[in-house]
Amino acid sequence: MFFTLIKQALSIILQITILLFGVAWLLNSGAQEMGYTWQWHRIPDYILIYDEGEWWRGELIDGLLVTLELSAWSLLATLAIGLTTALLRLSNSIIGRIIARSYVELIRNTPLLVQIYLLYFVFGPVIGLDRFSTAVLALALFQGAYTSEIFRAGLNSISSGQFEAAKSLDLPLLSTYRYVILPQVLQKTLPPLTNEVISLIKNSSIVSVMAIFDLTTQGRNIVSETAMPFEIWFTIAVIYLLLTLSLSALSALLEHRLGAQWRIQ
Amino acid sequence: MQKTQNKAVEFQHVDKWFGDFQALNRINFSVNEGEIVIICGPSGSGKSTLIRCINGLEHYDLGNVKVFNTTYTAQPKGTVGMVFQHFNLFPHMTVLENLILAPMRTLKLSKYEATERAIHFLNRVKIADQKNKYPIQLSGGQQQRVAIARSLCMKPKILLFDEPTSALDPEMINEVLDVMTELASEGMTMICVTHEMGFARKVADRVVFMDQGEIIEVASPEVLFSAPKMERTKTFLNQILVH
Repeated sequence: MFFTLIKQALSIILQITILLFGVAWLLNSGAQEMGYTWQWHRIPDYILIYDEGEWWRGELIDGLLVTLELSAWSLLATLAIGLTTALLRLSNSIIGRIIARSYVELIRNTPLLVQIYLLYFVFGPVIGLDRFSTAVLALALFQGAYTSEIFRAGLNSISSGQFEAAKSLDLPLLSTYRYVILPQVLQKTLPPLTNEVISLIKNSSIVSVMAIFDLTTQGRNIVSETAMPFEIWFTIAVIYLLLTLSLSALSALLEHRLGAQWRIQ
Repeated sequence: MQKTQNKAVEFQHVDKWFGDFQALNRINFSVNEGEIVIICGPSGSGKSTLIRCINGLEHYDLGNVKVFNTTYTAQPKGTVGMVFQHFNLFPHMTVLENLILAPMRTLKLSKYEATERAIHFLNRVKIADQKNKYPIQLSGGQQQRVAIARSLCMKPKILLFDEPTSALDPEMINEVLDVMTELASEGMTMICVTHEMGFARKVADRVVFMDQGEIIEVASPEVLFSAPKMERTKTFLNQILVH
């Protein structure tokens, strides 16, 4: 038993090592082909700096914090927009359904970059939003359209018996949604919602076009100063990867928490 | 048991259509307070639709359905309770949470009061030891008893049952019927859609036979089961009582 575990662990480590060596060799020979010299030793300066007895945040970490803040606000707005749209789409109001449907189709079928330019240069100044809020709005409007379809599927999956039981208990509509319907929708839609959060974080890099100093903008600036694009972009990719991977782990944990006892086996 | 003659539910010329299909046809019928009425009839005859009109789960096109001489919505919250064929418990809540939700959110009881009430009714349906389990962990009979307790927590004056034993395995039917019999003996006004004829014989004051959206015959269980007047009632009873 113990021996098989060790053997499995060793085999996994061996496979990963071979894979990493493979990737490193590929990168290295590619760089040599171009006459590129690696300067990995300079990367830590852009993450954490030790100076005059104190630690300072590097530019990449500054960018990461902006990305995190941007994503967090956008996520909240996305969930609100998505849920409202889904409820409108399923409502009895024809106008509500038309608005929800047009919004989803309009946003889904045009490029995010175009939407951002429109909001930033045309609508932003008109409604008087600052740059950061415009970015949050653009991301939330874009992601909200996809999220609303997820919520709609989730709401449709709840049996009418749940609504009827709540009604037979004279439970107010708001309480019905808050305590009966939405917790079940959330548990059922958590995997696709996680997808949306991950793509939200990655899409947030597009706001670098409107001069917001997020992770991607910082990276681009460093690259133009230092002329070491590969090291910087790889580092940035790894930071995004760590961010989204920890999010996936969190979501798996939450999914287990929300439904471990009552989910139909 | 003494029965007051106060009308708990009254149907006045009620019509309902699903498109071209007439689900309820000129329903005139009333249930007195404290009365136990069983509704039977072939599937698609409008039994469920009829009782769902009482608490607003279905709309009707013509006529009136009155609850204690006014409308259902004019009644205090929780006046009419309902037990469903498929229990419709909230799967993400424990038994106790299922029971205290509506008393807290609808009747605005404190959590303490709601819990006390819930435990009382869980004891009544003999299931208090399961209070922290989730519905999925219970048998069908236990789930239906929880559903009955959940309705009782609202202290209803009228209880509607929509085929409460039809989704149960045979060995679990009696534990649910026992609870219903006990409720009947305590004077609860009950309107039950069911095919449990033994139960009907034991507790019903009146049995209603419906077919094609119409009330065909209303009589005491002794009369309806042994000497039905209408041909359609005879045919139906022969089909279900033959075994």
